[in-house]
Amino acid sequence: MKLIEQVEREDLVMFINACLSCTGQGEFYDEYSYSYGQKISLDFLHDYILGNYRQLYTLTLAAGINHFNQAQIILKLLATGKSASPNKQSIENQLITVTLDRLPPQRAWGLLLQLRKKSINNRRARSIAQAYINSRGDKLAFQAVKYRSKLRAIASHFHLKLEPELSNFLFGHWEKSFDTEIFEKFRQAFYSASAIYALPFTVAEGLAVKHQIPRKVFLEKIQGQMTTGEKLRLQGSAHKAEMELSIDPQRLPLTKLALYLLSLDLKQRQEQRLELADWLAKSAATILKNTPLQLGKVAAVLDRSYSSSGSREKRRRPLGIALAVDCLLQQVSREYQAFWTVPLADPLLATPRGQTDLANPILDALDWQPELIVVISDGWENDPPGAVAELLRVYYKKIDLQRQVSIVHCNPVFNANDYELKQISPLVPTIGIREAEDLPTVLAFMRFANGQGSLNELETYLLQRAQDILAKS
Amino acid sequence: MTKLLETIALHNLEVAPSQVWGSIRLVPLVSKGYREDLRLAKRSYNSRVVVSTDDNTLYHSYVPHGLVLNWSDDGEPVASLGGQLGDKSDQFGGVKVMRRMAQRENKGGNKNSLRFLPLEMAMEGFMGMFFKGPTIAWQEYSRRSRSTGLSPRTEYSITGRSISDLSEALRVFEIHENQVGVLLFVGEMLATAFILPHPKDYRDLHEMLLTDAYGETFYYYGLYGQAQELRCAIKDQSIHNLADLRSALTKMRQEWSDVQSMMSEDLLQRPIQSQQIYQAGVFSLQRFITDLDRTHTNYIGESIIDDHGNLQYLKIYGLSAVQTRRAYLLQTLDRHNWQLEKAAASLNETLASLVKRMEKADLGYLINNQVREQAEKALRKY
Repeated sequence: MKLIEQVEREDLVMFINACLSCTGQGEFYDEYSYSYGQKISLDFLHDYILGNYRQLYTLTLAAGINHFNQAQIILKLLATGKSASPNKQSIENQLITVTLDRLPPQRAWGLLLQLRKKSINNRRARSIAQAYINSRGDKLAFQAVKYRSKLRAIASHFHLKLEPELSNFLFGHWEKSFDTEIFEKFRQAFYSASAIYALPFTVAEGLAVKHQIPRKVFLEKIQGQMTTGEKLRLQGSAHKAEMELSIDPQRLPLTKLALYLLSLDLKQRQEQRLELADWLAKSAATILKNTPLQLGKVAAVLDRSYSSSGSREKRRRPLGIALAVDCLLQQVSREYQAFWTVPLADPLLATPRGQTDLANPILDALDWQPELIVVISDGWENDPPGAVAELLRVYYKKIDLQRQVSIVHCNPVFNANDYELKQISPLVPTIGIREAEDLPTVLAFMRFANGQGSLNELETYLLQRAQDILAKS
Repeated sequence: MTKLLETIALHNLEVAPSQVWGSIRLVPLVSKGYREDLRLAKRSYNSRVVVSTDDNTLYHSYVPHGLVLNWSDDGEPVASLGGQLGDKSDQFGGVKVMRRMAQRENKGGNKNSLRFLPLEMAMEGFMGMFFKGPTIAWQEYSRRSRSTGLSPRTEYSITGRSISDLSEALRVFEIHENQVGVLLFVGEMLATAFILPHPKDYRDLHEMLLTDAYGETFYYYGLYGQAQELRCAIKDQSIHNLADLRSALTKMRQEWSDVQSMMSEDLLQRPIQSQQIYQAGVFSLQRFITDLDRTHTNYIGESIIDDHGNLQYLKIYGLSAVQTRRAYLLQTLDRHNWQLEKAAASLNETLASLVKRMEKADLGYLINNQVREQAEKALRKY
C-alpha cells in the first residue's frame, strides 16, 4: 500500500513540475532545439496521468500551472468525458469553467477551436463553450472582431445560438449598418482603407493587406492601437520598414520585462541602468500587491551559464527568469544576497556565458548563513558534474544535521527525455518555474517536491487550492 | 635555434572538468595566463587544394579551412585581423593552387602574417615519410615503386560532421572564461587536441572542430561508443566545517584534472618526433608524430611553441589502426634498407607473410607481382 502511494505521489509531483515549466517549446539541450520531443513527451505525460489519476489530474488545474498546460488539461478532460465518475463530474465542470474563464482570451478561444480540430463535440463541451460565450458580456463584441474566424468556427461546430446581430456579423451578408459600434467599424474598414485604423492591430493587419496599404504607412498609423506585446513582437518588422515603434516596456509583467532588458545590448543597459532597475523594481512590486510574500534571510544562486541562453523559441528565458527572481527576492526578503555562477557586479549586465559551476556559489551562499537558498538553474552542472549532490550530502550529514538551511531548486527547463526536471541533488526539492511571478506557488509546493508531504496531504493541498479558486469566482 | 618539441605537456594550462554529450567528451583547457602578441584566425576554403611542397611534390586534398597567424616581434599586442583578407591563392579549374604548406604573406600592411593549412601540414609530413621508396633497387619491388617511390600515396579521413553527436556536443558546450583549448574524446578515445594562443581565438574557432579531418576509426567510436559518467566523491570523515568542504571541492577538481590527464596518456606521455616548419619571430611552427607504438593510438599533429618552450598552438590527428600499421611497416622496411627478407626476420615472420601483411595494409602496390604470387602460393600450402 505504501509503495503504491509513493509511486502515485512521485508521478503527480513529476506531472505538476512538468506543468509548471514546460510549454512544449524547444529547450537548449534538446537535439537541434526542436520542439517535437517536448510536445510528444508532455503529451504522453498528460495521457498517463489522465488515465491513472483522473481526479488528481483535474485538481492540477488549481496548482498554479502555466496556461499552456491548463488548456491541455481542459482539452483532454473534455475529450474523455465518458470516463469521469458521475459524482466527480460537478467539480470537474466547475474547475473547467473557472479555469477557462481565467485564461487569456487568445488561449481560451484557441482551446475551443482545438475542440473542433479534434472533432470533440459532446453535450458537456457544447455547454461549456456556450457558457464561455455567454459570460463574456461586454467584451464579447470586441473579441468577436478580434477572434472572428475562431468564434465563427466554434459557433458552427457546436451549433451555438448567438444574438441576432452577432450572428449576422459572423455569418450574414451585412446589408445594412450594425448597431454595435465595433461591428460597424469593422464593416466600414472592410470597404474603406482609411477606416481600418480604428480596429485592433491584428484585425487591421489583415485588412491592410486587402487594401494594399504599404507596411510602413500602416505601421505608423496603427501605432496607437497596438498593445505593448504587439509592439515588442514587431520590432523586427518595423526595423525592416525603416521606422521606430515607440514602446513602453514599463508596463510589461516582470519576466517579460526581464527578457526585454536582456535583449538590449550591453552598452544601452549600462547607460540606462538606473532607469531599468527602477522599472524592474516597480514591476516586481506590482506582483507583490496581488500575492504578498514575506521571507527572512534569503540567498539566491543564479545560473548564467551559456545554456541559460535558451533555445530559439525561448530565447534567454532561463536567464530572464533568474534576473526576475533576483529582483523579486530582493523585495520580499528581510536580508538578501545573490550568488551568480560567474560572479557579476550588476545583475542588469548579465549575459549567458561560461560553464555551470553551482558548487562554489552554493558554498559561498552557505557561508553567508541564510535561512533559505533559492537555486535557479537548468541543473546541467558541469564544473565538475555531480559536485552539488556530493557537497550537500556531506553538508547535511556532517555540518547541518537539523537542516536549518533549506534549499530549493527552481528549474526553468523541462527535460523531455525522462519527463522530469534535471535535479542537482536528491536532498533538495526541484520545482519547475516558468515565470518569476509563480515564485509564491513554487515555494508553497516545495515540501511536496521534496517527498516530505504524503499523498494525502498533497491531495488536500490541491483540493484546498481548488476550493479557494472556486470560492473566489 | 628554437628547440624541437619532445613531449606534449600541458604546462600553464588547467584541465577543467569535462562536458559530455552522447559519445563525445570535451575537456576544456583553461589558460592560466596567455600572451597578446600571437593570434590565429580562420580562413575558409571549402575547396580542393593542390599544394606544391618544398621538395617539388604535389599534395592534393580537400581543405575546409586554413589558419592565419599574426604575431609581433616586440611583444606588442596584435589584433586578430580575420582570416579572409588578402587571400591571393590561384584558382585552376575549380582547384586552389598554393605554394607551400606555410606561406608568409603581406596582409593589410602587416608583414608578420603567416598562412598555413592545419592538419594538412601534419598529414603531408606523415605521408612524406619514406616517400622516396626503396633506396636500393631490390628486385622484389615493382618497377613503379623503384622509379617513383610510394607515389601516389593516399590516405582517407572523415570530417567531424560524420561523427555522430559531435555537432550537438559542440553546440551545447559551455566555453569557460579564458579557455584556450579542448581535448576531444570520442567513445573515450582521444580524437583530437586543439589549443590556441588566445581565449578570443578559441571562442571564434570552437566550431572548427566540426569541419576538421579525423581518422576513420572515430566514425565507429562515435557510432558505438558511449562516454562514461564520471563522479568524484568527498570523504565525509574529514569534513567538520565549511572550510573543510571548500578544500574538499578544490581536491575534487584536482582529481578530475588528474583522471582526464590520465585518459590522454596516449598523447601526453609519449615521445614524439618533431620537425620545424617555420620560424615566425620567437614562435616556431613544428609538426610531429608519436612513436608508432602499435599498442596505443598514434597521433600526428602540429604545434607552435614560444621562446620559453610553452605550447601556443596544438592540433592533432588520431591515426586509425591501419594508418599506424602502414607507417610501422614502412618504418621497419626503411630500417632494414628496404630488404624484405631482413625486415621479415626482424618481425619474426616469413617473407610470404610479410608480403601478405603489406597487401593488407594497402602497400601491395610496392611489391613485384611475381613475388606477390609466390607469397600467395606459399601461404596456400599451410
